[in-house]
Amino acid sequence: MKAFEYATPSTLDEATAQLASSWGETEVLAGGTDLVTALKQEITSPKRVVSLKNISALKGIKASANSVNVGAMTTLAELAADKAIKEHFPSLVTAVHNIGSQQIISVGTVGGDLCQRPRCWYFRNGYGILAKQGDASLVPDGDNRYHAIFGNDGPAKFVSASSLGPALIALGASIKVAGPKRKTRTVPAGEFFRAPKADNERETVLLPNEIVTDIQIPIRGLKNATYEVRHRFGLDWPYVAAAVAFQNKGGTVSDVRVVLGHVAPAPWASSGAAKALDGAKVDDVSAAKAGQAATQGAKPLSGNGYKVQMVRTAVKRAILAAAGAA
Amino acid sequence: MTDNNVTSGVSRRGFLKGLGVGTVATGLIPSVAPETEAAEQRPALRGPGEIPITLKINGQNRQLNVEPRVTLLDALRNRLDLTGAKKVCDRGTCGACTVMVDGQPVYSCSMLAVEAEGRMITTVEGLGTPTQMTAVQKAFVKHDAQQCGFCTPGFVMACTAFLSSHPNPTLEEARAGLGGNLCRCGTYAGIMEAVLEAAKKGGA
Repeated sequence: MKAFEYATPSTLDEATAQLASSWGETEVLAGGTDLVTALKQEITSPKRVVSLKNISALKGIKASANSVNVGAMTTLAELAADKAIKEHFPSLVTAVHNIGSQQIISVGTVGGDLCQRPRCWYFRNGYGILAKQGDASLVPDGDNRYHAIFGNDGPAKFVSASSLGPALIALGASIKVAGPKRKTRTVPAGEFFRAPKADNERETVLLPNEIVTDIQIPIRGLKNATYEVRHRFGLDWPYVAAAVAFQNKGGTVSDVRVVLGHVAPAPWASSGAAKALDGAKVDDVSAAKAGQAATQGAKPLSGNGYKVQMVRTAVKRAILAAAGAA
Repeated sequence: MTDNNVTSGVSRRGFLKGLGVGTVATGLIPSVAPETEAAEQRPALRGPGEIPITLKINGQNRQLNVEPRVTLLDALRNRLDLTGAKKVCDRGTCGACTVMVDGQPVYSCSMLAVEAEGRMITTVEGLGTPTQMTAVQKAFVKHDAQQCGFCTPGFVMACTAFLSSHPNPTLEEARAGLGGNLCRCGTYAGIMEAVLEAAKKGGA
């Protein structure tokens, strides 16, 4: 780990002023569960680390009749234990508990989950976010068992590591961001993540001197659930995750969203799966049909074809869980 | 890796050699941080060289100088001679370095020491003693919940924290709740028996 300056601003204005306008010069520190390891591995070696721990405006959960607002520095454990979150958004609670480590969720934050860097082992071993040696990606002919099966036509082949991203997108959440000079903007969760095209880009639409401040989740009475297919139930990332949300009134389903995690460089919204379920009654048959539809367009690499079947199963089980039929 | 990596400013070996003793007498470090100075009143930008901090560990204020890059684990082990928390993966994966910060279980390898300022840190040294063990420690002994013992301090801390939030867990809940700790000897059966018994005997 290289040495760095340590900044502890107490307001957002100070914090954004202390961030550089290009990636790599400064890093934002929330819970540190990802950043501290990244610093040790020197996949980032900033001159300055800006800690958000003293900014009280970023903490806490506020529920109103129409929405729940979650401060970015809320810990994952606090999120999963919140009464309003438990009542309205079980998909988020499951996503947190599946992380499988009380030590991670007690410190890791909601904002940090969204901004954590991918787990791609080429990236973590110094080959950059595009896993390149020279001009070529190491992924297609390398060990790509955990890499993307969707959205992997471009230079990015890794999978998004966010646990909350798929559920937040399915729930129609929006992410508020603050930049220098009190500029703020609101980004729909579905537009927050992106696949970088160059080595100096990151996996979200954040600018280097912007900070996620809070997440607004509308309360719309959607049935929702997350289902993950996992190698182990202790601390690990899943092979495939599926988050679903839909209205289920009068026995038929509408307003369906199906979002996959860990299959693409960004959470992958499957409009095909959503369309397949729309208007149906939730049962084994309709859920399986949606699971099948979710696999459309998958382009597995040499070592990750197994994920296609997992997508089918994860979507089916998430739908059944959301409807309370699992 | 900070304290044994070639890129770090101070290696543990060099640090100990320089001081000539294994135990760093923190009391000898000039008291540059009066206790009245709260963390919030410190300058908002410090480092990258060593900065004075005060850590509240097992009820005692300990003053030390660290670079901002030093992890809480390295500060505990290498600067304060609290070697109960173990450095195994150093990547926030194995749980051997678990301590409690404000009552919450934390991987001390993944928290910077400077981030723990102003918070209440409990290490395994702050639990029971050989003659007055906590319920968790007693249950670990009774159920032989270790083999080589290297993961044990982390597991004891993780179990203690887990029981404080889950006073009466089922076996399934205990398995899920302790998923952040690894035992390479595979003594999980004994550990689960220990945590369930400790729960019956009043938890932590």
